[in-house]
Amino acid sequence: MAATLLIDAIKSAVILGGVLTAFAYVTLLERRLLARFQLRVGPNRVGPLGLLQPLADGIKLIFKEHFVPAGADRLVYLVAPLITVVAALFVYAVIPIGPPVRLFGREVTLYVADVNIGVLLVLAASSIGVYGIILGGWASDNKYALLGGLRSSAQVISYELALGLAVLGVVLAAGSLSLVDIVRAQSHLWFIVTQPAAFVLFLIAAFAETNRAPFDLPEAEQELIAGYQTEYGGFTFAMFYLGEYVGVITMGALITTLFLGGWQGPLLPPVLWFLIKVFAVVCVFIWVRATLPRLRYDQLMALGWRVLVPAGLLNLAVTALVIVARG
Amino acid sequence: MEAVLFGITAVLALAGGVGVVAARQPVHSALALLLVLLSLAVDYLLLAAQFIAALQVIVYAGAIVVLFVFIIMLLHTRSGEGPRAGAGLPRAGAGVLCGLFGLALLALAAGVRETAPPPAPGFGTIQDVGRALFGRYLLPFEAASALLLIGMVGAVALGKRLRPAGDPSPGRPQAPPAGGPARAR
Amino acid sequence: MLLDWGYVAVFAIVGAILAALPLLVIWLIAPRSAYPQKLETYESGVPTIGQAWSQFNVRYYLFSLVFVVFDVEIIYLYPWAVVARSGGALAFVEILIFLVILTLGLVYAWRKGALEWV
Repeated sequence: MAATLLIDAIKSAVILGGVLTAFAYVTLLERRLLARFQLRVGPNRVGPLGLLQPLADGIKLIFKEHFVPAGADRLVYLVAPLITVVAALFVYAVIPIGPPVRLFGREVTLYVADVNIGVLLVLAASSIGVYGIILGGWASDNKYALLGGLRSSAQVISYELALGLAVLGVVLAAGSLSLVDIVRAQSHLWFIVTQPAAFVLFLIAAFAETNRAPFDLPEAEQELIAGYQTEYGGFTFAMFYLGEYVGVITMGALITTLFLGGWQGPLLPPVLWFLIKVFAVVCVFIWVRATLPRLRYDQLMALGWRVLVPAGLLNLAVTALVIVARG
Repeated sequence: MEAVLFGITAVLALAGGVGVVAARQPVHSALALLLVLLSLAVDYLLLAAQFIAALQVIVYAGAIVVLFVFIIMLLHTRSGEGPRAGAGLPRAGAGVLCGLFGLALLALAAGVRETAPPPAPGFGTIQDVGRALFGRYLLPFEAASALLLIGMVGAVALGKRLRPAGDPSPGRPQAPPAGGPARAR
Repeated sequence: MLLDWGYVAVFAIVGAILAALPLLVIWLIAPRSAYPQKLETYESGVPTIGQAWSQFNVRYYLFSLVFVVFDVEIIYLYPWAVVARSGGALAFVEILIFLVILTLGLVYAWRKGALEWV
């Protein structure tokens, strides 16, 4: 009992450390890639290829002055980024990064827990994540922040429906809510092949859920300064930043798990396959940001409610029909 | 182990409940309510009802409290301002209610003698809920869908009434004047 | 089964500590030199007018109301999705009725203009 708990604590720390490292380097990746898309070079001065840039950024942010605006609600102002980070990290409790391996003579699973309702846990974490945004915007007592927070939370909850419907298609095909089972169900054929509509739905909803371009209205610089983050500086700002980028990695991991066969692949070790797939999806996120212009807010809501939700329902009905017809 | 966990969540839930009532700032009340709901979700887990726990977080914490927060922002009275309607409840009335609640608790405590048997394997899992929902409780399930439809219609009807037709002024807090940056060129 | 949830709990606790740590660190080492002007709310460089906490648009409320209903409906679909295979044609018909009722609600909200952001 004590040994398993210890192993679990170590595993948790390793996974969390990995996610945070990944976060640091995704910020660098995004800056370098965006620079390339715009025919620039990007940050390449700190260390070889600019690889120490995230470290420099982190240290700079820690030594930034920390203050709470006079008009702000102190408690909520500090709780909001905390909620964002915890909700963003919590998801990794159920994401499987590989099949069980043997280490030091004992079976070690490469996920923290395989719970019966893993998918729902992911959705629950993302629905709690909304509070970071809305409370951060509210607590600042800043008009831009409040507008950004409201916009963002309305957007996130709207697209949560599309996300849920897309996931339902996969759940229906796999017959289980456990992410490990869902990965195993794709050993012959990835769900991106059998559930293409759900994949597209999920991808679009994932952009909106993470407040990424083309759905980055909450932080539309030209009208809202920085949205709900306007009054945040130093490390509290970094925490929101972390929430956003960990969210992107999470969506990459989820798309990998739900549609791209998870850790499965030929020749290379499973964990490597998982990482390659996540990396590819994150690159797509950055690519889309460099390519697509921002939507208008009414277009955004119309897309969510009048296109994605009906499409999700239709996909579900068709999937159910096929499954029942096959018996 | 379970008793300890239950004790922790129970204390958290009670603290949250007190917070909901005592907070002067409505948003703080909403946060406290969030704490209550999350503690209850852990309690459901302790009762082996996993699906209900997830449902509690997704629906109550993730949707209904968001709705509450939106309503708070819609009305927006700042801390302590505005009519304090709740203050009219006389202290004596509150005392009587607390006494009644205490009696109910006592009656409950007196009635509970045995510990519940451990749940059957598979109890509370989503498969279990699914089989129950589409087997024994099919009719209530379909009735619930009708209820949800009615809820939706009611929500839309109420919202329509709240939004005065043909009044554009409160309508665009975030949209800049025509030709502003939000409109693509 | 409960042990798996124990793992999740351990993970959540480690995560929460990790998230709270930076707040402690900056409280200890970040420099502080605040004065009233610095603590003012930012409003494009001009003195702040009034508070941000003012009345808000009803549309957000309307969308979140419809969202609550839909969220519950989608949650109902999950138990069905895992047992659909074993349920056969009967379960399919049942869920089809459910989906139709759900769609009715969506159509109603659409026709009444509740899904319009004007």
